[in-house]
Amino acid sequence: MSDRKLTIGEKLSPGPGVRSLVITGARIVASAPSVATATETADARVADVVIVDGVVTDLTASEAPSDAQVIDADGLILLPGLVDLHTHLREPGREDAETICSGSRAAAVGGYTAILAMANTTPVTDTAEAAERILDLGRACGLVDVQPIGAVTHDLAGGQLAELGLMHRSRARVNVFSDDGRCVADARVMRRALEYIRSFGGVVSQHSQDPALAGPNACCHEGELSGRLGLPGWPAVAESVIIARDVQLARHTGSRVHVAHVSTAEGVDVIRWAKAQGIAVTAEVTPHHLALTTERLAGYDPVFKVNPPLRPIEDVQAVRAALADGTIDAVATDHAPHARHDKEHAFEDAAFGMLGLETALSVVASVMVEGGPCGWSDLARVMSSAPAGIAGLADHGRPIVPGEPANLVLVDPAAAITVDRSSSQSLSRNNPWHGEQFRAAVHTTILRGRVTAAEGAPAAC
Amino acid sequence: MSDSTASATATMPRHLLSIADLDADLIRTLLDTATQMQDVQRREVKKIPTLRGRTVINLFFEDSTRTRSSFEIAGKWMSADTINITGKGSSTSKGESLRDTVMTIDAMGVDALVMRHSASGAAHQVAGWVDAHVINAGDGTHEHPTQALLDAYTMEQRIGGLAGKHVVIVGDLTHSRVFRSNVLSLRMLGADVTVVAPVTLMPSGIRAWSETDGFALSNDLDPILTGDRGVDALMMLRVQKERMSGGYFPTAREYTVGYGLTRPRLQRLVADHPDVVICHPGPMNRGLEISADAADAAQSLILDQVAAGVAVRMSVLYHLLAGAEGGAA
Repeated sequence: MSDRKLTIGEKLSPGPGVRSLVITGARIVASAPSVATATETADARVADVVIVDGVVTDLTASEAPSDAQVIDADGLILLPGLVDLHTHLREPGREDAETICSGSRAAAVGGYTAILAMANTTPVTDTAEAAERILDLGRACGLVDVQPIGAVTHDLAGGQLAELGLMHRSRARVNVFSDDGRCVADARVMRRALEYIRSFGGVVSQHSQDPALAGPNACCHEGELSGRLGLPGWPAVAESVIIARDVQLARHTGSRVHVAHVSTAEGVDVIRWAKAQGIAVTAEVTPHHLALTTERLAGYDPVFKVNPPLRPIEDVQAVRAALADGTIDAVATDHAPHARHDKEHAFEDAAFGMLGLETALSVVASVMVEGGPCGWSDLARVMSSAPAGIAGLADHGRPIVPGEPANLVLVDPAAAITVDRSSSQSLSRNNPWHGEQFRAAVHTTILRGRVTAAEGAPAAC
Repeated sequence: MSDSTASATATMPRHLLSIADLDADLIRTLLDTATQMQDVQRREVKKIPTLRGRTVINLFFEDSTRTRSSFEIAGKWMSADTINITGKGSSTSKGESLRDTVMTIDAMGVDALVMRHSASGAAHQVAGWVDAHVINAGDGTHEHPTQALLDAYTMEQRIGGLAGKHVVIVGDLTHSRVFRSNVLSLRMLGADVTVVAPVTLMPSGIRAWSETDGFALSNDLDPILTGDRGVDALMMLRVQKERMSGGYFPTAREYTVGYGLTRPRLQRLVADHPDVVICHPGPMNRGLEISADAADAAQSLILDQVAAGVAVRMSVLYHLLAGAEGGAA
């Protein structure tokens, strides 16, 4: 074991010769099996971790190879690397807003080792070739495993099915399908898609928003504030009726449905009911729906324009409770970068979406762990093992034990950071957390034994 | 001019984006100045030098005849250089951003931007970007503050101070910026306000809103018009026929029967309350929300509203641009 220690701020871009890593003194957290425990004793043990050739070994620190890099992780928490079920990378088509590389850098800095890239690019990811292209660009960057999501319907048009089977059988092994940004509104199309992907165990991630109930100009939550502000809103029921329909279709077809970015108490109620019936449904919630309320819209700042919209505090409390009790399985960012000029319109005309990859862990820790019912093992579940399971990513969200791939994240629970949008790795600046302070922050991210980000700085890609 | 400005206890805001930017004292100041401006309006030579050398841009992203010409006349009578810019194409991400558009105009060194936009909040956003004073001349379905000021002015001219008076607002509340500004100003001035519409034309969450802000709701017009509380002013809002396609109400006929100021309803109202006044922000749909008889009745203030619009806008321009720097006349 060498005495080379990583110091704070050091740029880590290990060359091919560096194949082992020693993490000393971290509190090692395993994913909690199901619901919130908040028992800190049960979910942690302090030990050294020795990684060789990208795999966690049973070696002690003194047995580590002599050229190993050492990370002094005293006071830090070691979790399985985070997995994001819902990322918009904008490439191909809007490389001015984000690229697969810039999004990968943001993901690595945010503690992610795998991200699922949504299909609503230009062109849409609706063919095997398009999916393989994204896979290859992600691998070329190499900071995070970029797993493409395939469209459910051709060109996201809601009619003809996309080439679901060809995408699944491609090198990209597409398993999750979504028209996100749009709802698969036609019940017949949704039924056929679910039936078609059942044979290979695929899942549809649905953007649950009834377009007739929501209306074409809806740009926020429909409630007292939208009434006062004169903004066209969409009601909670436009989300819950689609979830209700889809869980019935999941039962009817015997296939799997995943509810993307659930935002309402009504939606949570339907998911809870469906799970009690044994229906194969999973759900995700975003950090912003866990933390921000519709009151942010009072100043008409389009940074807070997102779809589904920020909801009232009652809904925020409902999704928090549902995440803690396992009704909602996972946290997903819905990271949605936009060029500045696409946000600098009147509120109704501005683009939907906000950044999320770099801040997700800090936000979720703040809301669910520091000020909520969850322990770090629950955070590991909802941000790593559960999303990895939903997406079928075998190498991610694994226990931190010998023989497992070293996809890991070190968290400093007492970092005390202030978010500065100008220091983002994203090419975009639509960051709703600018100026907010958080206690916990990602310290180091490790993908197959390689440090991909440390102290807010990504490795070279 | 100095009398009324000296009586102001609060400072005039830099921009007029919402009635919420004002308070009762500021509204009083604006309306008192409007009275003096109306004297200018009645002169043979309608010109005062107050805003000489100032540039006022009327930036209208949405069609308007009366509001735009009202602001233009107000500026011209005060010797400002007024320029109208009209344009659609405000609403897509493909075109120039709103920020780029207004920054371009602002960079020319203008003093005031009078702005109308089809999107709620547009004037708020613009005020955060430009150096000029911004006057909201209607933003989507949010607010139209100078309309509310001229409505208050016109009603007061006929029925006196609004404190304790009962003002009934009827029509498409959901899509009305006139309603949103008026309910604020009327409450500030102490009026009792009842708003009447079918449930489908009431904004979401209005129940909680009305409880917070202290106004009454009804889905039924006649009990309000014949009620013990009486009616001092009736404000009829425009209802767009296209709303039927959105399922807001079944037919124009059904709307008129339920909520229109029809001839029989007018006759009963005037018999009960001879001093009632009738307002409409225009443009009217005669035969839908207001009958021709009501529009042209002796109780109608509709043309007085238009006349007052110029005086009130002169007052707003004066207070925002000239401030306490000098007299107007």
